[in-house]
Amino acid sequence: MSAQTEKQHPAFYALLVLLIMMSVGPIALMFINSFKLDVDIISGTSGLLFLPTIQNYETALCDVLPYELDHLDFCALKFGGAFINSLIIALVSTVLTLVIGCMAAYALVRFRFMGRDTVSGSTLMVRMVPPAVLLVPVFGLWNNEFCIDKASWLGSLIRDNFGGRGDVCLAGTHSGIILIYIAMNLPFVIWILQSFIVQVPRQLEEAARMDGAGPFQVFFKVVLPLIKPGLAAAAIFTFRIAWNEYLLASALSDRDTKTVPILIVNNMSEFNVEWGVIMATGMLLAIPPIIFTLFASRQIITGMTAGAVKG
Amino acid sequence: MRTATLNRLTPYIFLAPAVVIMALALLYPLGYMIYGSFRDWDPSQTLGETEFVGLSNYFYLWQDASFRESLAVTLKFAISVVSVEMVIGVGLALLLDRSLRGMSVLRTLFILPMMIAPVVVGLMWRYMYHPSVGIFNRTLESAGLGSVDWLGKHALLSVIIADIWQWTPFIFILSLAALQSLPRSALEAARIDGATGWQQIIHIKLPLMMPVLIVTCLLRLIDAFKVLEVILVMTEGGPGLSTEILALRISRTATEFRELGVAAAMSNYLLMLLLLLTVAMLAYNKFQEMRADRARRIAEEAV
Repeated sequence: MSAQTEKQHPAFYALLVLLIMMSVGPIALMFINSFKLDVDIISGTSGLLFLPTIQNYETALCDVLPYELDHLDFCALKFGGAFINSLIIALVSTVLTLVIGCMAAYALVRFRFMGRDTVSGSTLMVRMVPPAVLLVPVFGLWNNEFCIDKASWLGSLIRDNFGGRGDVCLAGTHSGIILIYIAMNLPFVIWILQSFIVQVPRQLEEAARMDGAGPFQVFFKVVLPLIKPGLAAAAIFTFRIAWNEYLLASALSDRDTKTVPILIVNNMSEFNVEWGVIMATGMLLAIPPIIFTLFASRQIITGMTAGAVKG
Repeated sequence: MRTATLNRLTPYIFLAPAVVIMALALLYPLGYMIYGSFRDWDPSQTLGETEFVGLSNYFYLWQDASFRESLAVTLKFAISVVSVEMVIGVGLALLLDRSLRGMSVLRTLFILPMMIAPVVVGLMWRYMYHPSVGIFNRTLESAGLGSVDWLGKHALLSVIIADIWQWTPFIFILSLAALQSLPRSALEAARIDGATGWQQIIHIKLPLMMPVLIVTCLLRLIDAFKVLEVILVMTEGGPGLSTEILALRISRTATEFRELGVAAAMSNYLLMLLLLLTVAMLAYNKFQEMRADRARRIAEEAV
């Protein structure tokens, strides 16, 4: 098909507009509602005839705002803290997954451990495992087995410095949640980075080695800068899963390490839903993925199609 | 000498963290779960204190009416969702495979629903389905058509619609990529021979896309069995058991009924189901490769 734009039937454009409205409509609706007071949402003064207010966002973030809110005498929803938890967990697990995955992918390609088939097979196997299946064992292990005895040297050190009672366990800590996210994302990251590293010409690395660079230097100074697009795709996918995940986080977190999806679910299941506030929170949770999508849709599509479509 | 040892050890050093994490946080838990599924396990116990009960958790589930109900709901959900999404997604891809100026913008907008947290997707749809506040019933009522009990009587259908909204773009984008990587020569030849648009689609485009479509379908099917958060937020599995898919039932058995052994056995059933699908997909891929190889060899011999 030629590059110039063909003249299309008007119905075709109508269909396009309809499709765009269908895919973006619900998100836009939530965006608009997050600026409405509950009274406006329920009474249904529909359309755009309302006074926009940021009160919902203020209520959601009441525990981190520097000023007092007039409309609220008690800060019940601690979304601000949950956002910080979500950010810590998502960012740390993304960075660690990328570093570990990158090293493994490089070793697999350059030192020919396993064929690409093995890696793509195991990627698929891990993709197959639902988080719900991991729920039971992870809950048991993180609470009972992956613990340091509080009487031991390291355990007592942690207890003395950070407080708390009982043995030091992974459950209820940021690291516990981060660990399972890394494990869930690693195969995919290794697999996608592998396909990028294969394309780095070997001669380039050999030239660097001739000039006296060690294996680590070759990796960090030559290979890494060349696979940036792959890193971007892998980072977005990892961040998205770590940022959005609910089930495992809810099983592993305690009062202080709750992430945003957990708070949203907890506030939904009650009978009387505060629509405005909950939608403002949902919007805040949705913003990072939306930004990624708008700026890096090409990389996302690369990552998505990499599995099924060759070439 | 030291650098030589370092060089020899490099690959192992590079691989070690990944191997350790995968073994510790994925393989070990899975083994732990399989072990736990043979035991009578309460959340307050450690696994060592539990009693070995053989296969009774598995047998118990098989006789449990609500497990079977939930399995049926899961299959109904997955199959209907995937078939509708395949038809719409592939149809849209065939329709929109033209040189359009705003195509990349369009694709960006289409992947938005997939990127947003499932929890938020559930939240949006729960609002839209709301009996009095929601936009669907408001529109219906203002048109004088009366309201529909979306998340009550038609809960499963409503959940299916939400999933179709979220995941049809996935199939659309994969099939569009497949379409655009088709060999141009075959299409040109068909056009020169005077094939109509429909003939091109049925005899050339669809058969050539088939390998990608089958892989896409299986991927989507696997993912459909993993859906949990959207349904949890929208209906919490209710009313009754009408939308309680297996993943949701596992998490409820573990957290509400506090029977970890049974939940583990259920996880194993789900895992076996998914394993079957994955093996089918891998086998299909192998089969395709073999066929391509044979075709290439025949072509080479002919030359």
